[in-house]
Amino acid sequence: MTYITKPRLHHPLLQPNALGFTRRDYEGKVSTLCAGCGHDSISAAIIQACFDLDLPPHRLAKLSGIGCSSKTPDYFLGGAHGFNSVHGRMPSVLTGANLANRELIYLGVSGDGDSASIGLGQFAHAMRRGVNMTYIVENNGVYGLTKGQFSATSDKGSKSKKGVVNHDQPIELVGLALQLGASFVARGFSGDKAQLVPLIKAAIGHKGAAFIDVISPCVQFNNHPGSTKSFDYVREHNAAVNRLDVIAPRKEIVVDYEPGSVERVAQHDGSVLTLRKLAADYDPTDRAAAITHLQAHQAIGEIVTGLLYVDPAARDLHDYLGTVETPLNRLGDAELTPGARALAAINQSLR
Amino acid sequence: MIDVSHRIDGRDRPAPLTATNDFVVKFANVNGSGSASANALFAKSILRMGVPVAARNIFPSNIQGLPTWYEVRVCEAGHLGRRGGVDLMVAMNPQTFARDVASIEPGGYLFVDSTKPPPHEGLRGDITVLGLPLTAICNAAYSDPRQRQLFKNILYVGALAALLGIDPAVVDALVAEQFKGKERLIKPNLEALAMGRRHALETLDPIGLKVRRADAVGDRIYVEGNAAAALGAVWGGATVCAWYPITPSTSLAEAFMGYCEDFRADPDGGARAAIVQAEDEIASIGIVVGAGWNGARAFTCTSGPGVSLMQEFVGLSYFAEIPAVIFDVQRGGPSTGMPTRTQQSDILAAAYASHGDTKHPLLFPEDPTECFEMAALAFDLADRLQTTVFVMLDLDIGMNEWLCRPFAWDDSRRLDRGKVMSHDELESGKPFGRYQDVDGDGIAWRTLPGAHPSRGAYFTRGTSRDPNARYSEEGPVYVANMERLLAKFETAKALIPAPVFRPAGRRTPHGVIYFGSTSAAMNESLAELEATGIRLDAMRLRGFPFSDEVMGFIAAHETVFVVEQNRDGQLRTLIMNEGGVDPAKLVPVLNYDGSPITARFITGGISTRLGRGGA
Repeated sequence: MTYITKPRLHHPLLQPNALGFTRRDYEGKVSTLCAGCGHDSISAAIIQACFDLDLPPHRLAKLSGIGCSSKTPDYFLGGAHGFNSVHGRMPSVLTGANLANRELIYLGVSGDGDSASIGLGQFAHAMRRGVNMTYIVENNGVYGLTKGQFSATSDKGSKSKKGVVNHDQPIELVGLALQLGASFVARGFSGDKAQLVPLIKAAIGHKGAAFIDVISPCVQFNNHPGSTKSFDYVREHNAAVNRLDVIAPRKEIVVDYEPGSVERVAQHDGSVLTLRKLAADYDPTDRAAAITHLQAHQAIGEIVTGLLYVDPAARDLHDYLGTVETPLNRLGDAELTPGARALAAINQSLR
Repeated sequence: MIDVSHRIDGRDRPAPLTATNDFVVKFANVNGSGSASANALFAKSILRMGVPVAARNIFPSNIQGLPTWYEVRVCEAGHLGRRGGVDLMVAMNPQTFARDVASIEPGGYLFVDSTKPPPHEGLRGDITVLGLPLTAICNAAYSDPRQRQLFKNILYVGALAALLGIDPAVVDALVAEQFKGKERLIKPNLEALAMGRRHALETLDPIGLKVRRADAVGDRIYVEGNAAAALGAVWGGATVCAWYPITPSTSLAEAFMGYCEDFRADPDGGARAAIVQAEDEIASIGIVVGAGWNGARAFTCTSGPGVSLMQEFVGLSYFAEIPAVIFDVQRGGPSTGMPTRTQQSDILAAAYASHGDTKHPLLFPEDPTECFEMAALAFDLADRLQTTVFVMLDLDIGMNEWLCRPFAWDDSRRLDRGKVMSHDELESGKPFGRYQDVDGDGIAWRTLPGAHPSRGAYFTRGTSRDPNARYSEEGPVYVANMERLLAKFETAKALIPAPVFRPAGRRTPHGVIYFGSTSAAMNESLAELEATGIRLDAMRLRGFPFSDEVMGFIAAHETVFVVEQNRDGQLRTLIMNEGGVDPAKLVPVLNYDGSPITARFITGGISTRLGRGGA
């Protein structure tokens, strides 16, 4: 057997969501990643976010490139179509899928090798085009499937498992996303599900290019002293700017916060993002300030996490292209083929 | 101003050429001087006289300053390939003057701007020089430097039309059509035409080349292959286009944009197509594959370098079975090669694109009409076969206007979306296994994302999997899948347009195979060869994979010439490889210097090999 299907036994006490689905309905096949892999925690967070949002699983499409992280879409949302595409090219495939049917929710899962090295160009262009998607990079700073080479997000001076020191500057995907015009930028940590699940929920509700960099330690090749992507290191250097709660559209806001300690941002889909401030004066709607904050804290070795930037009025690629509301893949012959008479007029103009 | 006629004093001067509705005019210009539209006006006015023309731009990979040529073959008999040679050279580029003059046929004509004396170098005694002081006339008539340049072009069109006997009313009417919507430009252009006409009639002697009204054009249209392919994509139901600029395919995407504005706007102004200029060819094909996976008809257009970059995705499309259409407007390779010259040199790169064992359907249009037809067909084939289909144009067809059959569309025709299992079919309990060959044709059913709440979802991947789309590296499972893909390719044979046969009048052991833009020259060559007693059964291939009919033709002849526009005989290799044909039987006739193949070349090549001497 080279695949494992999970038994579909449901615990009778599992709570259903508004659609009557339990968390198990959002699961996929049994993961083949290493025990303790951060990526599996991210899959669990995606499952939780989709369950919480009452999303019909089949209305999502999950796409990935190649690598450990890109295998994960098989391990969540078994009821959704998935596409494990080409190394570094998930963004273009997802862009095409999104163009074909604007009604589905698109989840792109990638890794640091997939997005920061071979696919840096596609990452950049998907961000600047504003493809309506949630783009998650499961960032472990290492090539896991090929056993432990540095990736382009490895910090300068960090050590590989074999003790080799990395001399190259890291590529800061969050900073790039901010510069490239992503309209939702966040960073999470696979070891902090309480922070990550709301970020994923908010990103799914966001209209436009939503990017989440999730630091996800590789237990096999990058969880040792000297690594800056280990569980211990990330926990010690995590500098969250805020704590996010996502209140779904049409749900009453019941949580009461101390005045002045929270910021509320209403998204296009009607969801409300409630942000409890952790860093004083951090404004997640100020792109330039976010970039400055990120760079200042990175310089002192901190890993800035939380919702770093959101433009609640963002538009997406379909808006820019002016495409019809009906998904293009549902247009029929009558809408697509102008017919013989129109062609006769063209012929006449070519004589 | 000087009189150049006294220079012509050659002793053995042949008689000036005389020909009616059968000659070649070539314009030598400087790129970016605005000559293109004037030259096109010249060609189209002859067409309006009822006389077929074949016009070709020969241009550099440059925007301004380098030499460019425009060659117009006037041929009432209807031969649309390049003839070779020049009867009337309009030499407007001092840079290339010597070689332009050298290319004129004995007895031919040289039209020059006589404001300054033409260079002595290269002038010949066996041609007639026609000098008009174009610069001087324009400098006197216009003060704006740009106008002086542009109207010089119009001026020579007026002069040539007068010399050749083209009805002035025809040219004037075309100008009015060309500037429809920009009416203020009509009058000055007509004045420039009249000025050129008047000067020619007043100062030049009549020449032996004439255009006479005929009725040889019929209802044919005059259009570029790239525009025709773009129209075919619209009629074929394409809704997603992702592309990256590359000569000579750029105008295909641009034409698609234009036609979508006309034909793909819904009543509220929404676009029924999404067109993305991607960051590179890899992203272009990635977008196409993503859209195809999600049920939209999608294409990209590119040329050889782009096809090289797309290889990995084409392999994914083959193995994961996702529809995609690629228009490859071929140019001179390898590498950057000759970006503005024509070749048929991507045949193998397209047929076997990607690593691993792959093969892909190809379509070979012979002219813009077939570009339209095969473009529309390609989307049906891609959906039906769930794979990448290449439409193999070349620069000659793509970027030149060709006289060809009008486009036709049967309103009862429906887009063939192939085997897509619908929500209702899934709901009714129809069994679904993504890679199961339930119909025995090698083609499995697919579902689109979001089709059904609980049935039909599957995981698409470029890794090996079992018939239910589950990851598997089991040898027998892998082999069974690869064999099914071969079975699917067998199914494709019946869907590819059949070859077109042109049998010799009587039994012959010799056959010839050709395809694509070679067609025009080949048709003419067959007539030439027959006139010298060489009879050939001809077969024009219209696509790959090759049907039994194709192999039957080869089996039925002792020797089969394969005429191609590449160095290595790529189609010949493909035939040998796919059909197990003895290489000795297939004789290559190869033109690959970047200029379109001529009948003279083919006739010469075949005659020589049959021991009848060169032509």
